[in-house]
Amino acid sequence: ISLLPIQYDLSASTFSPDGRVFQVEYAIKAVENSSTAIGIRCKDGVVFGVEKLVLSKLYEEGSNKRIFNIDRHVGMAVAGLLADARSLSEVSREEASNFRSNYGHDIPLKHLADRVAMYVHAYTLYSAVRPFGCSFILGSYDEDDGPQLYMVDPSGISHGYWGCAIGKAKQAAKTEIEKLQMKEMTCRELVKEVAKIIYIVHDEVKDKAFELELSWVGEVTKGRHELVPKDIKEEAEKYAKVIYIALKHILSKLCPFILNISLSNNIVYILW
Amino acid sequence: MRLANTSVAVSDERAHTAQSLSGDAYATFIHDLYVEFLIMDSHHSYSQVKGVSTGTTILAVKFNGGVIIGSDSRASMGESYVSSKTINKLIQVHDRIFCCIAGSLADAQAVTKMAKFQLSFHSIQMESPPLVKAAASIMRELCYNNKEELQAGFITAGWDRKKGPQIYVVSLGGMLLSQPYTIGGSGSTYIYGYVDAKFKPDMSLEEATQFSTNALALAMGRDNVSGGVVHLVVITEAEVKHVVVPGNKLPKFHDE
Repeated sequence: ISLLPIQYDLSASTFSPDGRVFQVEYAIKAVENSSTAIGIRCKDGVVFGVEKLVLSKLYEEGSNKRIFNIDRHVGMAVAGLLADARSLSEVSREEASNFRSNYGHDIPLKHLADRVAMYVHAYTLYSAVRPFGCSFILGSYDEDDGPQLYMVDPSGISHGYWGCAIGKAKQAAKTEIEKLQMKEMTCRELVKEVAKIIYIVHDEVKDKAFELELSWVGEVTKGRHELVPKDIKEEAEKYAKVIYIALKHILSKLCPFILNISLSNNIVYILW
Repeated sequence: MRLANTSVAVSDERAHTAQSLSGDAYATFIHDLYVEFLIMDSHHSYSQVKGVSTGTTILAVKFNGGVIIGSDSRASMGESYVSSKTINKLIQVHDRIFCCIAGSLADAQAVTKMAKFQLSFHSIQMESPPLVKAAASIMRELCYNNKEELQAGFITAGWDRKKGPQIYVVSLGGMLLSQPYTIGGSGSTYIYGYVDAKFKPDMSLEEATQFSTNALALAMGRDNVSGGVVHLVVITEAEVKHVVVPGNKLPKFHDE
């Protein structure tokens, strides 16, 4: 059993003595370095939320989107290397489009997830290429099959979920998601909860500014995947910040020495 | 284009030029086409039919809870030789999806064989019975992409869980159209009036069976290349039932 990956981690076509493919595991680590994306499936739709870190104030607002439209009824939220994710979104689009061209109807999400997962998996077999360094969450809504949510990771496995999170704060986000009763919620209620979760897991100390990307697909959008409209998004962000702002307000009233309060990983930091 | 009982595939450019012609020019165009057609040495030439063709009557009707598809059973070579009296033109492409074939029998069999394979593969991949629309789309892709070589038209009908009973016409060049009832083949020209007048949406199984049998009997009575027995297949959620009405049990009308 080799605990050290030396010698066995140089290419995806090599197993280690204890049966691991290190390149794939490194690819998964690359996803964990990126900021969080979550997707939650409710009674009548799917909502995506992405914590998009803004590295410079000079960036145009809304650039480098991390939520993609794959087909009219399918959305994809990504975490990891953005360039890899963009390439996979194009692959997914082609799959969905070919399916529609051959069979005359919308591609069922399970089938799409399987097909893209197969594609991702192919890149874990050869030394000539590297695995994709991104995970992504696919969601769709169909009148007959209802809402569907699938997540694909760099190893090429896809799972169906009621709620999932990828990226650096995925554990914290998962904890928050598990508290929700998503099977009984509607999309409108869920949008607020998703915004709240992103705000909670955002680490104010390590990462400063971020943009919240919210999108949904469900009965409320008549089965089309869209970005959440501006007014609903503002309402959701207000709801998310309310606890946070209230806490700040109370503590600053109590103690005038306090200069700043920030929330990171469920721990409140007070600067005084 | 229809000339007598046959259709002629015309290339896009010619069809385009035809549209821009008027009066005398158009008549000349048609005449030239007809002459060319007569001396053409291909399997759809009037007097030199090389292959077996299904001068035929096919129909499909949606009723309350399912579809009925029906056909005659005659295969002809040219206008005067009946090569088979008992051919089955209702091909099963999946558990609850059937295709009726019209045109060149060889082409129709090749297409349905390919479609059956593709559909079964698709259905296993999707882990559920295929949609009728998917079956029709597969046929359409085959007909459209090979329209130069093929001379076969289909009616795809069946039942699926999503939309229930459906009927799709896949024509010669690869058109796909959904209809509540449809007729096809050379014998269909004689019964357009009958089906248009007698069709009612949401018929019962008995009414629909009577409707189909009458329509086919009338067509077979007037079209020389349709005849034999009436094959009917009733497709519902529960089962697929094949009914054969032999020639002497067909409904009789005033001319007989």
